Amino acid sequence: MSQANDVYYVPHESRWPVYGIPGMVLLAGGFSIYLNGGSWGMPMMVIGAVITLLMTVMWFRDVVNESLAHKYNAQVDRSFRQGMAWFIFSEVMFFGAFFGALFYARVFSIPWLGGEDPATSRFLWDSVVLSWPTAGPGFLDLEFQPMGAWALPTINTLILLTSGVTLTIAHHAMKENHRSKVIWGLAATVLLGAIFMSVQSYEYVHAYQDLNLRMDTGIYGSTFFMLTGFHGVHVTIGAIALFVILIRVIKGHFTADDHFGFEAAAWYWHFVDVVWLGLYVFVYLI
Amino acid sequence: MSSTTHDAHHDHHAPPKGITRWLFTTNHKDLGILYMVFALIMFFVGGAMAMIIRVELFQPGLTLVDPHFFNQMTTMHALVMIFGALMPAFTGLANWLIPVQIGAPDMALPRINNWAFWLLPAGFTLLLLTLFLPGGAPAGGWTMYPPLILQLGDAFPFLIFAVHILGISSIMGSINIAATILNMRAPGMTLMKMPLFVWAWLITAFLIVAVMPVLAGAVTMLLTDQYFGTSFFNAAGGGDPVMFQHIFWFFGHPEVYILILPAFGIVSAIIPTFARKPLFGYSSMVYATASIAFLSFIVWGHHMFSVGMPLAGQLFFMYATMLVAVPTGVKIFNWMATMWQGSMTFETPMLFAIAFVILFTIGGLSGVMLALAPVDLQYHDTYFVVAHFHYVLVSGAIFSVFAAVYFWLPKWTGNMYDERLGKWHFWLSTISVNVLFFPQHFLGLAGMPRRIPDYALQFAEFNMISSIGGFVFGLSQLIFLWVIIKCVRGGEKASDQVWEGAKGLEWTLPSPAPYHTFERPPVVK
Ligand SMILES: [Cu+2]
Repeated sequence: MSQANDVYYVPHESRWPVYGIPGMVLLAGGFSIYLNGGSWGMPMMVIGAVITLLMTVMWFRDVVNESLAHKYNAQVDRSFRQGMAWFIFSEVMFFGAFFGALFYARVFSIPWLGGEDPATSRFLWDSVVLSWPTAGPGFLDLEFQPMGAWALPTINTLILLTSGVTLTIAHHAMKENHRSKVIWGLAATVLLGAIFMSVQSYEYVHAYQDLNLRMDTGIYGSTFFMLTGFHGVHVTIGAIALFVILIRVIKGHFTADDHFGFEAAAWYWHFVDVVWLGLYVFVYLI
Repeated sequence: MSSTTHDAHHDHHAPPKGITRWLFTTNHKDLGILYMVFALIMFFVGGAMAMIIRVELFQPGLTLVDPHFFNQMTTMHALVMIFGALMPAFTGLANWLIPVQIGAPDMALPRINNWAFWLLPAGFTLLLLTLFLPGGAPAGGWTMYPPLILQLGDAFPFLIFAVHILGISSIMGSINIAATILNMRAPGMTLMKMPLFVWAWLITAFLIVAVMPVLAGAVTMLLTDQYFGTSFFNAAGGGDPVMFQHIFWFFGHPEVYILILPAFGIVSAIIPTFARKPLFGYSSMVYATASIAFLSFIVWGHHMFSVGMPLAGQLFFMYATMLVAVPTGVKIFNWMATMWQGSMTFETPMLFAIAFVILFTIGGLSGVMLALAPVDLQYHDTYFVVAHFHYVLVSGAIFSVFAAVYFWLPKWTGNMYDERLGKWHFWLSTISVNVLFFPQHFLGLAGMPRRIPDYALQFAEFNMISSIGGFVFGLSQLIFLWVIIKCVRGGEKASDQVWEGAKGLEWTLPSPAPYHTFERPPVVK
């Protein structure tokens, strides 16, 4: 992104995608074999995951090195920005599918099964009373408690919102070339992310051990674990990304006007943050 | 503003040698060719499956394959043709053409471009492997409806992960295309000066990024329902199998526009060239494409009229779907107005483009019939539906790919294709595709259900006619293959402009276009 460079950088060749492809086939194929009960599924999966991970690391390493060599001009920088924005949009739509399932169950299928639609209830479960949260008409004798909103999830909301603030502080410090403040802000963000994940793990243990709330607890358990689970995966990825950025800040990779890596990770973190607010309202509160 | 630079400082105008050129390439033309070759191979794989289907249906009774294998063929034929042939063909055309049409040195994200392509063989390795697994390949229809799909054997997780990988591929490819169009245009190439193929792809890329993740979410829920005890599509747990259909078709309807919008762009390039007139109503074409894309998000329920839906829902989806005919009609009238009083010649690309306009319109009109909720109850899951979407996707989308290949092949190879063979390909394909699919309208109206290997005796004649059309259509594609091979190997040298009426940046380049083009951006006035 140095101004001296007015040419669009196109790498001469790119090895990592092709090296990573067998990894993805092994990962997906191995997982499939594992799910089908094959004994060599798991080792295949592990090998595939390792290859995929190595590919990712090497790919990013190349990009970081090219960035440090000032091969990227302002136009390349814009391509990265737009690419990241479109990617986050695709992630939003991915969560949209699960939120859609949650809304559909709550607005349509639960009331219909509970008698609002005479045909459904007459032919399936006659005169059941259903109200959210429920494990469904087939599991009425299943005893479970829903996850309360006030203790852990509220703490987690505050943690994640605070992490958004510390990240913004770090970003402003970056623009003012205030490096120690950047490091402090980023470290705090990663730490808050780790605390969030610990609380979330504790919540899962609590759900399984004390509340009898499990992934197979009907539609409530399904939507609860699917939404919070995929969110947790994204928090973990975001925290790892921010941790890598923290190391790069310490190594002095960024300047006040050249730090897209930082911003991409920050955008991702804010996206994860916003998804959580949706979760907090629709999974826990309402 | 920009030009290209490369790691290596040797003569970078020649492509590297050997297999690694293709494995590691970041060049948009190489990747475009890889995409198109992959699509061509999958076109014949999916075509072979279609031939098996038509042989089985040639006569009533179980004649060739057992019913379970027949179901595998219908399911895999759809998956292979949609995700393996059509989408990669359009993405390949986008890769080769968009940078040279907007005056860019390459695609915006060349590494992502390479990855997006190589994910396709990965996904299809997993998908085609299922043919050899216990229980066979997916057989419940490409729409993967639960609970039927949950009865699939060992192939089930392979199907899910193949869909994931193919989804990542098309999302990555589309992000790259969108970033290229929005960020890499030559100075002066404003949005409303872009060729319509570029516009069509910008909107298609938006659709892909918006709906492929939804499909990924839907199949992920199938996976967890099967193996991890969730109840998304299980009424006993408070879920609903119909919910899958809603989520699937929220993806599925935009998906059919993903398969047709680039075709609109291709036809909008070819018709003005051979009518030797500028395209009629350029800006209305752009707005029509955008309206079609918008409407595609609110019409999915027309696939589900017969599963049970509140009346208000049926009415909404019916009227919203009929609205799609308005912008589509705008396009068709614009193409006709472009040809009106033009000094037309009928080379093979133009023939395919005109056939596209006529035959796609037939498919569109049967689509309006299917949009009517009360009568759809009669048509649903009959051969009428099969006839409808094959008119749209074969004599529509695939014909546009044929047209595009004939149109740009001289630019890619530097040689003219064999016009006589091209015409043979066109006439055989166009006649046989109608013999193949037109009788299926009547079969459907008379009540013949789709996806069934046997049928009642009164359907025998029309099925035999349809099968004969199918065999001729299948064999005609060997001519297409031969034309391409022949053109790649040699032929009359093509001029830079290739076609007398051709306008646009790609025609200012030499034929064949050099490995790197527009390293210094052209000035567009
Ligand atoms: Cu539709």
